[in-house]
Parts: sequence; structure tokens; C-alpha cells
Amino acid sequence: MHVKQISVFLENKSGRLAEVTKVLASNNIDISALSIADTTDFGILRLIVNDPEKAEKALKESEFTVSCTSVIAIAIEDKPGGLSKALNILEEKAIGIEYMYAFVGKTSDEALVIIRVEDPCKAVDVLMNNGIKVLSSDKVYKL
Amino acid sequence: MFWNKEVECINRTEMDNLQLERLKSIVKHAYENVSFYRNRFDEIGLKPEHIVTLKDIEKIPFTTKDDLRDNYPYSLFAVPMKKIVRVHASSGTTGKPIVVGYTRKDMENWSESVARLIVAAGGSEDDIAQVVFGYGMFTGGFGLHYGLEKVGITVVPSSSGNSERQMMFLEDFGSTIIVGTPSYVLYLSEIAEEMGITKGRHKLRIGLFGGEGHTPEMRAEIEKRWGILATENYGLSEIVGPGVSGECYNQCGMHINEDHYYPEIIDSDSGKTLEEGQKGELVLTTLTKEGIPMLRYRTKDITMLNFEPCKCGRTNVRMNKVLGRTDDMLIIKGVNVFPSQIESVLVGMDHVGPHYQIIVKKKGYMDEIEVLVELIDGNMLEKFSELENLEKDIRHKLRAVLQIDAKVRLVEPKTIERFVGKAKRVVDLRNV
Repeated sequence: MHVKQISVFLENKSGRLAEVTKVLASNNIDISALSIADTTDFGILRLIVNDPEKAEKALKESEFTVSCTSVIAIAIEDKPGGLSKALNILEEKAIGIEYMYAFVGKTSDEALVIIRVEDPCKAVDVLMNNGIKVLSSDKVYKL
Repeated sequence: MFWNKEVECINRTEMDNLQLERLKSIVKHAYENVSFYRNRFDEIGLKPEHIVTLKDIEKIPFTTKDDLRDNYPYSLFAVPMKKIVRVHASSGTTGKPIVVGYTRKDMENWSESVARLIVAAGGSEDDIAQVVFGYGMFTGGFGLHYGLEKVGITVVPSSSGNSERQMMFLEDFGSTIIVGTPSYVLYLSEIAEEMGITKGRHKLRIGLFGGEGHTPEMRAEIEKRWGILATENYGLSEIVGPGVSGECYNQCGMHINEDHYYPEIIDSDSGKTLEEGQKGELVLTTLTKEGIPMLRYRTKDITMLNFEPCKCGRTNVRMNKVLGRTDDMLIIKGVNVFPSQIESVLVGMDHVGPHYQIIVKKKGYMDEIEVLVELIDGNMLEKFSELENLEKDIRHKLRAVLQIDAKVRLVEPKTIERFVGKAKRVVDLRNV
């Protein structure tokens, strides 16, 4: 149930983000979610794409510092308290969230959230046992 | 005014005789007490008694900063440690600093040398001098401090930093002389302006500047902003610290205390001694230093000598302001920095590549150094804090080696320019 996420190191200067998307486009890679965290000097771009292995390879060939890690994707009810419910479950089991971000697209009346935790296997078990919908990677990549 | 008129206005023949007598004695001292010198001499069959004329100094091999580094910390000392009353240290070309030691007599000669340049600039016992050089292992602070005290000047050892407090001392204590690096004193003039401390509220009349060079334009700016006479002095820890030479109030070249420090100008490529007036690398020999005698030390500073007696009456040879360096040493906030020191920190560090670039710029009047290094390890991207810690770690290690703060910027792989042959690691934007 793990989803592969691509992280890219970016300097805070114009054109760098465009360069990443250009590399992905020319390799026919589709982006389904992204998030960027930055300081004044650098940022980390996080991407969910339809073909993580290909994306990692292409970006590395273009001299980017890249890593590929496991995250989980959950579908929650798109209404007040939806996210809170899922996070409370993790909180109760003392599973710390390193970062999370929302999906660009969504399915019907569900909102999709990407969560990065220390122990993704445990988190998946806990969430599923408590009735939270965790998306499979196949499904996520096709979004 | 003179501190030691007899020596400062001596005629050339007498100076030559004095120098020759002292040269013979220091060569003998070095040969007998420092195995490094003895080995160097023995390798080429040179004996102290072969030094018969001043010209014979050219037979002696050069000493370099690397020799000091290789003999870290005490191996070049010519006296037992119980005779050493002080050590100072300055930047080596890599991680370890170079260390120098002074006997009580050396301290006496050092403060005598500094006293001369203070009086030559117009200082007297009526003055109150604020020393805004950093104190510590750097020779600048203590060097001037002892010379000022010798002259009988009231010393305010405020050291560098805490600029508002500096202004309070300056105004309340009535400082008449300020001693520091030109860039810091220029920076302080901005603080003074902001605080409304103008001429009248302060009594400054003389500035004694060293630790780094400054352009004539910068000097004019400092003089205008403070309403003072700004004089420059020169020195380096390997020889003694400040006090090797200094300008008189005529500001026309720095009078070398040549009864203690014997100057030569050489062609830095061939090592051949150049004629008077020719531009080349300054080589200095300490004529009286007991603790750590330096024979023909290559300063890597480019200048020229002028033997014309000065308008002030001094006959001691004058050196021009330093025109450049034969190596890649940078002077940042008065501190000597070698790119190789930065390299020694970065090479062997995890997560970053071996390529780096150093950018030096001015923020206001203060120097600022930034080190660019490529992040190559993708595993560092999982947690933002790991990248921040990496930056912090590099900054901390640089500070330990350089003694000054450097900004660290992580950049993408392959974005720092690669060089075939000699790399150009430094981008100095200070004078553009």
C-alpha cells in the first residue's frame, strides 16, 4: 500500500522548478501531486508521479539530487472533521507525521492526502483497521 | 616626534653595520638551536661563519608558511619553553594554525617597534587609544596594546564587536586614537552617524590601521567621516605581528623597523633578489627574535622599497602599501583565510561534493564570506531539518578552522564551475 514519492533538491533561483517539470514532460511523466518546502536558499520538491522509477532516473541523469521514498496516500471524507479523524488515529498510536500534503485531483467526494511517517507499514495497518481508506500505489499513479 | 630617534634617523652605513652584526648573531642562534635551520644549512654546506656581508644573506634558503605548519607547534622555537612568555597563532594554509612564541626580550622589542609607529603617526602620552581589534590569538590587539602602553597612552581595550558600546566608550572616555581594521572603523562611522555622534561629541584625531590593506579611496573616506588622520601599519605573526613597519603622519610609505626586521624584495618566481625600487615579493628576516627566529621568510606580499630619507627625518627604509599577494590568501575582517582551509573542511565531509566556491562580498563596509557546496546525497531530502543541520554542521566546522563566520549555501550538483588545471575557487566582489 506504499506509494513512491520523488524528492528533488532545488536551489531557490528562477527556472529550477521549470527545469524539473521540463525533464518530466519530455519523459512523458504525469504529476499527480506535489509539494514544495523552502528556506531562503533552497527547497525540497516532493512529487507523486505515474512512473516513479522512470522519473528518478530521468532527474538523476539531468544532475538533480533526487531520492525516492515510501509515503502513504489516504482518501478521507471531503467534509469538516475528515482529516482530523485520520490524524487522531495516528496520534493515538504515537505515529509521528513528518510532513503531509493534499492531492491536486480528487475522486468523487473524497479528498486525497499524502502522508510521510517514520513507519509506513504500521501506519497503513492502523489506518485500515480504523476504517480509513488507504490507496494502493497502482491507483495513485493512475490519478 | 620620534620614539627612538637614534635608530629611526640613523645613517645608512651605521644601519648596515648594525644589521650585519645582528644578522650574524641571529643566524648563529638559529643554526645552533633549531634543527630545521641546521638541516637546511647542512644540506647546502652553509655555515653561520659564511655570512660575512649583508649580501651573504642571499645564500640562506627561504622559510615559508608551510615550514611553520610542518613544525607545528613548537619545533621552530629556538629557546626552551620556560623562556617563552607568550604564544600567538594565525591561519595556516590548512586546518592547523601556525604558532609563534615570544621571549621577554621579544616582547620588549615588539612593543618598541609598535611604539615607534604610534609616535610616528603623532601619538603621545596625552592620548587615549581605543583598540577595536579583536584580542586573542590574533597579534593585532595585543601588539598595539603593548606598544600604546609603552608610549604611555591610556589604553581602552574594548576589542571588536558590540558597536553601540564602542560608541559609548568613544564618547564618554574621550578616545583620541582608534586602532583597528579599516573596514571595522569605517563601519563604526556609520553607527556613529546613526547615533548622532559627530566631531565635537567625540575627540578622535588619529586612526592606526592594520590587519588588512585599504585603498587610498577608503582611507580618504575614513578620514572624512571621522575627521582624523589615518595611518597604515604592517606586520605578520610569523615575523612579530604589527610593528614591522608603519606610516608617519606624512602618509608616504611605511617605515620598516629595519634594525629588527631586515627586508629584501625578490622575484617570486626565480627567488632572485631585486634592485631597490623594483616591485616584488617581500622577504623578511628577524634580526633580534629569540623565541622563533625567521630567516628569509617569504611573506607572499607584493610591494617595493624606498631608501630615500623621509620628510619626517626618518632614514629607515619605507615599503609601499601591499599591492597584492603571490598566493590566494584572502583577508576577511582582518583575518587571513586560505581557500585550502575551507577545502580541508569540505573534503571528506559526507553528503556534499568536493567542489566548492567562495564568494566574498561587502555588506555595508563589512566583509562577508559565503561558501557554496554541492549537495549530492539524495537521502538528505527526507527531512528538512537534516539539510539545515548539514548547513549548520559545515558552518560550525568552518568557524573552528577560520575563526570567522562563513555563510554556507547548499547548491545543486554540477552547478559549481569545474576547472581544468588551476581552479579559481574565489569570487571576490569587494572591489568591483
